[in-house]
Amino acid sequence: MNRITVIALNTFRETLRDKILYNLVFFGLLLISSAILLSTLTIGEQAKIIQDIGLASINVFGVIIAIFVGIGLVSKEIEKRTIFTIIAKPVPRYVFLLGKYSGLALTLLVNVGIMAAGFFLTVLVSKAGVDLALVKAVGLIFMELLVITAVAVMFSTFTTPTLSATFTLAIYVIGHLTDDLRTLGAKLGESLTKVILDVLYYSLPNLDYFNVKGQAVHGLPIEPSYLVSAATYGIAYTTILLILACLIFQRRDFK
Amino acid sequence: MKPLRIEGLTKEFRLGLGRQRVVALDRLDLEVEPGEIFGFLGHNGAGKTTTIKLLLGLLAPTAGRAWILDRPIQDVAVKQHVGFLPESPYFYEYLTAAEFLTFYGQLFGLSRQALAKKIDDLLTMVSLADARHLPLRKFSKGMLQRIGLAQALVNDPQVVILDEPMSGLDPIGRRDVRDIILRLKDEGKTIFFSTHILPDVEMICDRVGILVKGQLRAVGAVHELVGAATVTSVEILVERLAEAGAREVEQLGGTVVRRGNQVLIKLDDEHKTDQVVDLIRRHAGRLVSLVPHKRSLEDLFLKEVGVRHA
Repeated sequence: MNRITVIALNTFRETLRDKILYNLVFFGLLLISSAILLSTLTIGEQAKIIQDIGLASINVFGVIIAIFVGIGLVSKEIEKRTIFTIIAKPVPRYVFLLGKYSGLALTLLVNVGIMAAGFFLTVLVSKAGVDLALVKAVGLIFMELLVITAVAVMFSTFTTPTLSATFTLAIYVIGHLTDDLRTLGAKLGESLTKVILDVLYYSLPNLDYFNVKGQAVHGLPIEPSYLVSAATYGIAYTTILLILACLIFQRRDFK
Repeated sequence: MKPLRIEGLTKEFRLGLGRQRVVALDRLDLEVEPGEIFGFLGHNGAGKTTTIKLLLGLLAPTAGRAWILDRPIQDVAVKQHVGFLPESPYFYEYLTAAEFLTFYGQLFGLSRQALAKKIDDLLTMVSLADARHLPLRKFSKGMLQRIGLAQALVNDPQVVILDEPMSGLDPIGRRDVRDIILRLKDEGKTIFFSTHILPDVEMICDRVGILVKGQLRAVGAVHELVGAATVTSVEILVERLAEAGAREVEQLGGTVVRRGNQVLIKLDDEHKTDQVVDLIRRHAGRLVSLVPHKRSLEDLFLKEVGVRHA
């Protein structure tokens, strides 16, 4: 078996035996199904409420899992020194990192899968009608999680778990506001601040790109070309982050 | 082919905001011969773990070079033939003993089938066959150390590097680890281990190196360093030795201490031992014990460390 796969499967097993994960998934499912109750409070728009809350829950709990489980996976290895025995084996450091990332991606895929199944079940039960657009929205949520996980892994190659979590959370929030950065820059006219804002706009991940929840819920079209470009952007951004993470990790001393 | 060759290996750390330089290892030169047990001695903070981490690529050297089995340590592939047990090992506690060894075996590219037999043998060797399906979080410290050893041997390594393999173990645990190390030597493996527990070193090491504050102070066979024939003093315990006899012993240069009807004689010159024993017989004393005190590795170690601290 390929060494990346060995590490990925071990990582996946680690997350499966982590109780935090089950708690998160449980609360995710609880929130998704509670949408049925909430929707009874509204008149006429029940279906939209259920879909809206469901997609938002998948997104939020996915992000929490990506950040908190994701950061634990690399920094905990360093902090608990379990990494010593791995690096002492014929395993190049990038293999370790890519293995960890792949294992986490697999965990997220399974979790998003479970939450999505709960979501579609809720939608079916409430007779709101499952639309292909909802599947597209879940797909892009997963793409967003892949980017956030790469951010988390990148930070945890050189800083502590707490700081990694803080930074990643900050990137997540800013990542949804990058359009505002550009708008602000445009209003300022030609200035140093505009240059800085532009640099930030282009270097930070534009996470709103992956947000089609509104369109999906309100039945607006999501073009296949949009999906392709969002996926391409996500994969490219993730690749760059992982290359950066590998470069940092390669030079790191394990004291 | 040398299992281990180190030339001028140096590691500096920069600490704190002032980026103060701290030399953890200072131009270490060392060679380890095939099939030997090499003990790497030093007090806490002497640079033993730093050396081991440099050899395994956990740290990058500031200067100097090293080779394992004639291949530079930067070559990741050489680790295929190296076994490593870190100091107070931390392992994936959610894995069972068997899963744990399987995982490490797979990192060496071994197949599950090849590993199944190997893992049985290893678990038996470290007396953990019963704990096969127990998660590591339920292991005691001694068990963790033993599973750590098993992990270090899963690839049948030619060179085994152990960082403080006996620290924190009870006497039985230490004996088990010693036995395993001796068994590995019988299998023709080279063992390099760090420790500060001196009796273990005297018992099993072919050669030792003493590291003090990042510098290698002494290296050689234990008996060479300690001096096999150098008896520094002799203690003789006698019963029923008459007062006249005791006075004669004192005239020969011995120190006499009375304890009830027993007399403890301490001789600083071992060549007078025979004379004193004759004298005891003449005075009808009964010889209880005779203990020659050799210069021990501990004395040597304390001397080397003391020299530096003074």
